[in-house]
Amino acid sequence: MSNETSVLYEAPGPRAKARDRIFTVVFTLIFVGLLVWAGYTAYSNGIFDDRWAVLWDPPRGQSVSDVWITSILMSGIWGTLKPVLIAIPIALALALALTILRQSPYWIARVPARVVTEVFRGIPVLLIMYFGVIGLNIDPLWAVVLGLVVYNMAVVAEILRAGIAALPSGQKEAGLSIGLSPLQTLLRIQLPQAVRIMLPALISQIVVLLKDSSLGFIIGYSELLKSAKDNYNFFGESTKVVFIFVVAVLYILINMSVSRLATYIEGRMRTKSKTVGGLHVEGKADGPPGGVTATGIGANTRTGDSAL
Amino acid sequence: MGALIDNADVVWTAFKMTLWLSVSAGVLSFIWGVMLAAFRVSPIGPLRTFGTVYVNIFRNSPLTLIFLVMLNLAVPVLGLHVGLGVPMAIISLTLYTSTFVCEVVRSGINSVGVGQAEAARSIGLTFFQTLGQIVLPQAFRSVVPPLINVYIAHVKNTSVAAGFAVFELTASAQRLANGNPADVVGVFAGIGLCYLVITIPMGVASQRIERKVAIAR
Repeated sequence: MSNETSVLYEAPGPRAKARDRIFTVVFTLIFVGLLVWAGYTAYSNGIFDDRWAVLWDPPRGQSVSDVWITSILMSGIWGTLKPVLIAIPIALALALALTILRQSPYWIARVPARVVTEVFRGIPVLLIMYFGVIGLNIDPLWAVVLGLVVYNMAVVAEILRAGIAALPSGQKEAGLSIGLSPLQTLLRIQLPQAVRIMLPALISQIVVLLKDSSLGFIIGYSELLKSAKDNYNFFGESTKVVFIFVVAVLYILINMSVSRLATYIEGRMRTKSKTVGGLHVEGKADGPPGGVTATGIGANTRTGDSAL
Repeated sequence: MGALIDNADVVWTAFKMTLWLSVSAGVLSFIWGVMLAAFRVSPIGPLRTFGTVYVNIFRNSPLTLIFLVMLNLAVPVLGLHVGLGVPMAIISLTLYTSTFVCEVVRSGINSVGVGQAEAARSIGLTFFQTLGQIVLPQAFRSVVPPLINVYIAHVKNTSVAAGFAVFELTASAQRLANGNPADVVGVFAGIGLCYLVITIPMGVASQRIERKVAIAR
């Protein structure tokens, strides 16, 4: 990355270096100043008092394991993971079905699949979850699962479609010419390659699922944010800061590790197709002009899009 | 649907609120997001660090958490008195969406050919001239389609404000559905349609522009 960006400016000479040094000092001072101000304000608001002891020496007859294991881990983190784990396979299966329908030669199959994808991509997940709770009267857990499944099947179907569109058209033609049916060509030739190209985007989508499961908090499902709320309601107003801080750190750590995984796989795939080159279908030069690079850009923007 | 037509004024108020949140937070996120992107490619170390840390933190927090932090922590920790409801929603949405704007703009900057910046530098343009006259105008072209996708997600994200005392479309769906138990499906379908009225044209525009840019490149 530093290589790509450094091209924006000249390799600094003595004057630019001196100027950069001044800017570095100035901005360091500004940011340190802001941090000190935040820290001091927090301090004078009494944030750094004994309220943090609730994390290692909780009052009101609770033990450390009651707070961390029973509440934050079992009810909180597990509550956040559970709907995600349930939703992933269902959403994947439905997305696969939608993808097959969208590649169908018959418009009667293509059009409804397209409509379903566009409609559920354009509706807020929270609205679907509310519909689950109020309209279908289902348990909040299943309302969260419903919201996650409906939205992510549309998004994953869209990711797979983009992956298939990015393949050189020779792949499909080769499949058909050796006598595979269109469905066989799709399942055995196109989809495996599309999944590989779109793997980073698919993994980033897990971050979206994890983040969206927090919408369950609003419809009264018990997940990580709710466990923070339960804790500060139990231990008193002053521990609000403590528990919100703890769940914020947990969320950011979990999501950052998943994001890292996506970046890592993306980087590994890029180097792989570079070194092996001609052996990989994606790396082959005889696709449509710009096909391969367009894949890269498309994959990136999809990642950015889906990471919301 | 009948319940929605009877309560058209309520839905219209809610629709305007969703639009207001989308537009105001959208504009603010654009400004802040482009600034963050500039930070992240700048030659000055502390700015880069700030940009990276900020983006990584806010991109990886659920929006609900940001709302919760604004609601519960801004006053006791930093003494910042943020108006509850709409102002708080606008600030939270801006803090969140700006990170995605930043990442889209930054990857757009990186997608501009190295030769462009080299050519600009070789005719003696400064850093800001290179960025402002050569790189950004080209970057924005390839940035527009993914940026529209960011804003589609942003429009849908305004629904989170329903959980934090803002009466927008999702909150109106909840209220009308509870008030008209016989017509729950109609209420939700109608409100969903209100969102689609905003998001589908944006999606179509994004696809059109994507096709145009793809040919031009």
